[in-house]
Amino acid sequence: MMNKQTALQKRYDVLIIGSGVVGSALARELSRYQLNVAVLEKELDVCTETSGRNSGVIHAGFNNKPGSLMAKFCVEGCLGYDVVADELDIPFSRTGKLVVGFDDEDRKKLQALKEAGEQNGVPGLEIVESDVIRDKAPAILGEMALYSPMTGITNPFLYTVALAENAVQNGVSLWLNHEVTAIEQVDDGYQVQTTQGVFESRWVINCAGLFADRVARMVGIDDYTIYPCRGEYLVLDKELGSQLPLPAYPVPNIREGGLGIHLTPTTDGNILVGPSTDYIDEHTDYGTTRSILDLLMREGRKIFPPLNPSAVIRTFAGVRPKLVSRTTGGYADFVIEHRPETRHFINMVGLESPGLTAAVPIARNVISIIGEYEDLRENPSFNPCREGILSFKDQTPERQESLIHENPDYGVVVCRCEGITQAEILAAIRNPLGVTTLSGIKNRSRAMMGRCQGGYCQIRIAELIMAEQNRSEESVMLARKGSRTFVGKVRPS
Amino acid sequence: MTTQNRSVIIIGGGPAGLAAAAALRQQGVEDILILEREHDLGGILRQCIHDGFGLTRFKEALSGPEYAARFVDTVQQAGIEVMTDITVTELHADRTVVATARSGRYVFKAQAVILAMGCRERTRGAIQIPGSRPAGVYTAGIAQAYMNLKNIMIGRSAVILGSGDIGLIMARRLTLEGASVKGVFEIQPYPSGLPRNITQCLDDYDIPLFLSHTVTAIHGTKRLTGVTVSQVDSSFRPIPDTEKEWTCDTLILSVGLIPENELSKMAGVLLDPRTKGPRVDEHYQTSVAGIFAAGNVLHVHDLVDFVSLEAERLAESVGDYLKQAPADEEAVPVEADPELAYTVPQLVRADRDLTVSCRVRRPLNRVRISIWQNDQKHVTRRFRRAIPAEMIHLTVPKEKLVPGEPLKVVVEHE
Repeated sequence: MMNKQTALQKRYDVLIIGSGVVGSALARELSRYQLNVAVLEKELDVCTETSGRNSGVIHAGFNNKPGSLMAKFCVEGCLGYDVVADELDIPFSRTGKLVVGFDDEDRKKLQALKEAGEQNGVPGLEIVESDVIRDKAPAILGEMALYSPMTGITNPFLYTVALAENAVQNGVSLWLNHEVTAIEQVDDGYQVQTTQGVFESRWVINCAGLFADRVARMVGIDDYTIYPCRGEYLVLDKELGSQLPLPAYPVPNIREGGLGIHLTPTTDGNILVGPSTDYIDEHTDYGTTRSILDLLMREGRKIFPPLNPSAVIRTFAGVRPKLVSRTTGGYADFVIEHRPETRHFINMVGLESPGLTAAVPIARNVISIIGEYEDLRENPSFNPCREGILSFKDQTPERQESLIHENPDYGVVVCRCEGITQAEILAAIRNPLGVTTLSGIKNRSRAMMGRCQGGYCQIRIAELIMAEQNRSEESVMLARKGSRTFVGKVRPS
Repeated sequence: MTTQNRSVIIIGGGPAGLAAAAALRQQGVEDILILEREHDLGGILRQCIHDGFGLTRFKEALSGPEYAARFVDTVQQAGIEVMTDITVTELHADRTVVATARSGRYVFKAQAVILAMGCRERTRGAIQIPGSRPAGVYTAGIAQAYMNLKNIMIGRSAVILGSGDIGLIMARRLTLEGASVKGVFEIQPYPSGLPRNITQCLDDYDIPLFLSHTVTAIHGTKRLTGVTVSQVDSSFRPIPDTEKEWTCDTLILSVGLIPENELSKMAGVLLDPRTKGPRVDEHYQTSVAGIFAAGNVLHVHDLVDFVSLEAERLAESVGDYLKQAPADEEAVPVEADPELAYTVPQLVRADRDLTVSCRVRRPLNRVRISIWQNDQKHVTRRFRRAIPAEMIHLTVPKEKLVPGEPLKVVVEHE
């Protein structure tokens, strides 16, 4: 594991701050070259903030202003996603998407979206009538819709994990639990102080998402402010999942700075309802609120009547790192800049939606900037392929039988709701990034994500983590630093 | 993979499954197989180390493990075949049962399948408590399993949401292990647990119970730091300006149990929206021929004694079912009075002695509960007070019942 490296080795060619989807995509893209690359992450896992808390939609690119970086990179990212998903062995489905409208006013807005999309180079957009809506998604209401065939859904957490794992497999160092506290410009680059030691690097790339303005200020760039804008979600039981084959959105109110409360199927067969749009004070205030949860239920029902409170198995929130304030509203474009006065510091701020879709093109753009200064030579041993955890329940009976024969841990069902076996849990615990939080294991394996929310399996998973890593009760963390799950033993054993 | 043919497969080796197996063997049924996902038999009783079990069934107070041991011993002495560490992953309407274990994947075909999977707890997500997601939020049953089965201490200061029996038991358990329990908050205007548990688990330890209160926010980003509690009105809406902050590192949820019906649904068994378990007739047979259900998988019980008794009644019918195709008296509905939350069974064929189990929706004083068929009152029980926490049982001998005529369970105020 990386943590065993000594301080002497903490000198890199490129240091990435933040392991969200953009930082992880950049790490992977950089590992294609002969460069010594490291990622600094303040949390105990990758994508704990914005990248892991969203709708998981791979956007086609019709919501973004023609000519913007958002539009350009979103369209590129969407068209290229099949290859990435295939190489990284992650779920992706080009479901298509409906933006539904009800009156003439809506029709005009949908027409405008279609035209913007066409300018951006989005293929296949069409305005369809209610019969087509019924045909594609019988449970969705709407008089007309913009249909986008290229839009898809992915698992944002597994995507980021896969990018980071593939980067690490190709030689990148990931330093979890290393929060950057100061950056100093030195002769040949930067000295970066963290909560666990000093790092040196010729290049520093700001991929700090919600905290990108603070990281920028550390090198003296003080003209950006991130306005955290929270979106709350409901997660619905899989029982309703079959009624929503593709994402369904209302006509967006761009001024609000979100895409409207929509319904999105997940790649696992659940449905997400949300997100809301609320500017908040704390960057990581992921609390959900009664009034918004009620609003989601009301708004969601307007286009998806089967939605009901008893279908909700969980709620969560994500926070957008917006560059526009509540009073300005709308969207600012992505900022990707390399200033003469902060040479070799690439500053990226305001990477909100469609950042998940755009991550790889953004990363390639950063590399083209680095390439102006560095002689980038290809890494001959780069392997773009990473393997995910095999899903036992998706195998044929014959294959299941032989899997159990090869590895009896496949015969032990740990998570009853999702049908996850002990072999899959152990594979998640032994993940290449060395993550050991309960949430990390959950997001990698799907265990504890079902309707009982870990009622049956959390105990077994906690025990497996303790046994595999020889950990004490007190050191089992839920998700974040200090999120102690237990306080010790009941009695000394 | 070869299919093994069996007379009876019992899914779940908890109190319902064990009692059904023992009673079936007593009737002379030879080929019985219990499938249990845990390493040991006993189900939820294994973690219920408090006493009070068995007062009805054995006329003495036993702990959960002691109560389970009585049945486990019987099952073992009878030589009933048990597989543990095996999880049933599929159940089909033709009574094909698929299961996996370390030793492989198994396919069984049974003449009769008995559903005895018990129930699960409602979660934070299901009741949508707003707020952040720190560590330290547990359902009562998980907290109990950590402490009693794994020797793991979950927190030092706790607030308990919901006055279900496991929550009350855990209030006492945490107190006994040195944690401070700040209070139990119940959204209903009456407790949802048994009166004896209110006395023995709260009153005896000076733990306050706040009725018509609920948790309206959860605080903390790492470990729980506290909760906001509000009073609620008669429609369970929080009353503004009644918020109070409680500091705690642990929140225990005891907000209801739901029958574990994944397999039932997979087999196409019709469920009752009120009990959330299968609809059954008085033979405890579900809508799918040859699939029977008893215990908490059917409806959530107050006492394990009634689970055992129900499973024993089920066993009588399963025994008959194996001997001969059931007489097909048409099943007619049991109509529940609006004051009742539900009845089990929901249907009757009137070809065996009938026991109806039900619960009132709200506490009622001085009522008579009767079973009527046409203009005939078959049985009446009087209650000085009937509460939702306590199941009510009414029995009617077969001779009194008229096949083909619906039954009514009627609540009358005196």
